[in-house]
Amino acid sequence: MKLHRINALVQRHLFLYRRSLPRLMEIFYWPFLDLVVWGFITVYLMKFQGQLPGVVTFFLGALILWDVLFRAQQGITISFLEEIWARNLMNLFASPLKPSEFLAATMVLSIFKVAAVSVVMATCALVFYDYNVFMIGLSLVPFVLNLVITGWVIGVLTTSIIMRYGQEAEVLAWGMVFLFQPISCVFYPIEVLPKWLQAIAWGNPAAHIFEGMRMVLNTSVFPTEHLVWAVGLNLLYFALMVGWFHHTFNVCKERGLLVRVGE
Amino acid sequence: MPAPILEVKSLKKRFGDSIAVDDISFDIQPGEILGLLGPNGAGKTTTIQMLLGLVTPTAGSIHMFGLDLATHREQILQQVNFSSTYISMPYSLTLEENLWVVAKLYGMTDIARRIDEVLKKVEMEDSRTKVTRRLSSGQMTRLALAKAILTEPKILFLDEPTASLDPDIAHKIRALLKEVRKSSGLSVLYTSHNMKEMEEMSDRIIFLQKGKIVAQGTAQEITQRFGQRDLEEVFLKLARES
Repeated sequence: MKLHRINALVQRHLFLYRRSLPRLMEIFYWPFLDLVVWGFITVYLMKFQGQLPGVVTFFLGALILWDVLFRAQQGITISFLEEIWARNLMNLFASPLKPSEFLAATMVLSIFKVAAVSVVMATCALVFYDYNVFMIGLSLVPFVLNLVITGWVIGVLTTSIIMRYGQEAEVLAWGMVFLFQPISCVFYPIEVLPKWLQAIAWGNPAAHIFEGMRMVLNTSVFPTEHLVWAVGLNLLYFALMVGWFHHTFNVCKERGLLVRVGE
Repeated sequence: MPAPILEVKSLKKRFGDSIAVDDISFDIQPGEILGLLGPNGAGKTTTIQMLLGLVTPTAGSIHMFGLDLATHREQILQQVNFSSTYISMPYSLTLEENLWVVAKLYGMTDIARRIDEVLKKVEMEDSRTKVTRRLSSGQMTRLALAKAILTEPKILFLDEPTASLDPDIAHKIRALLKEVRKSSGLSVLYTSHNMKEMEEMSDRIIFLQKGKIVAQGTAQEITQRFGQRDLEEVFLKLARES
């Protein structure tokens, strides 16, 4: 991998964001709106604080962490879509750029996006709802890192599908992540799922992360077991997805789809 | 005779049941301009896409600078560039930003000086801070050409580079290409539907039809072989026979 090529792609997207209001809105406006709506729901639920202890912490914390996963996924997929929309894929892949460098650049962009969105959401939660996401403590760091990797896994999967099936599959850029939301147990504990779905959910690293977060808030015990599962599953899925992306890239070159992906 | 800079042997591309490129072999010498001619669907663009590593050949081999494209993609593409009417550059970036990104992708240094040089060559130095979306189609084509020569390639693949240009700008672009070729020994593979342009630009021409090479040689040799007055008549004869 060559850093100058990764840097070139990252800069290309930063140039784009610098003068694009709709793209900046994606970072600031939507997360803010999400937080406002869920914040009001939480304020309402606080009336039942007696029956539902820690409801504020659960909901707003879960929302912010879910957005970390969502934006990490978007960072990868939207960067790929930007190249399709700009009809720039041929320019990129007829250069010495490797597919792995392309992926690495989208991951760097994804980190920028997650950082920006997290700052916006954490600040708004503190200012408007007096909620400090850092009350979860240092456990937050491995949780967030794992959520970013889960987001990348879903992002690479989605990008591969769009590359293979073209713009018809574009809608997945926004929808795919929500396919995983029910089994991520973001806002509810895993026990509420039917038994058969629980078995599937345990295979999802995000479910371990959100279960772990609830464990920290309820018992203040660090969820080592959940963290180990989340890391193991993330590493496995990440390796599989990167392999899948390279396979799809080669299939697309074989079938001439790479040069037609934007048509 | 020096070793060819590009050597294509028995190249074939099949998409499902249809054959886009059918067992073609050719080479390009250093500093040579090779014209690739043929009706729509003859396999010109697919050939260029295979040479750029964007489409994997079904059979055959592509060697550039003595290296196999299948195993030395990165080293080869570092010394190659292209321009096509069928692609564009990111609309929301300025000319300068677009060229900066390309220069970085190819690992260039002294980027600002090189951008100045190429923008001057394509007569766009006053537009360097203009957002690409505001360019006319002719200016867009010139930007694509600026991008192609920016990285000082040894081989340039040009797919209908003057298709959307007015005669004046098209003439300037041809003059620019001749100048770059003279000064740097650049080799070019050139496709166009403008027969006069092909005659003017190409040292040698390959005529493709239904993925096969049906004629090759200088423009004069081809016209004589088919008993026609010029390339346009040869083109019409071959296209209508198919």
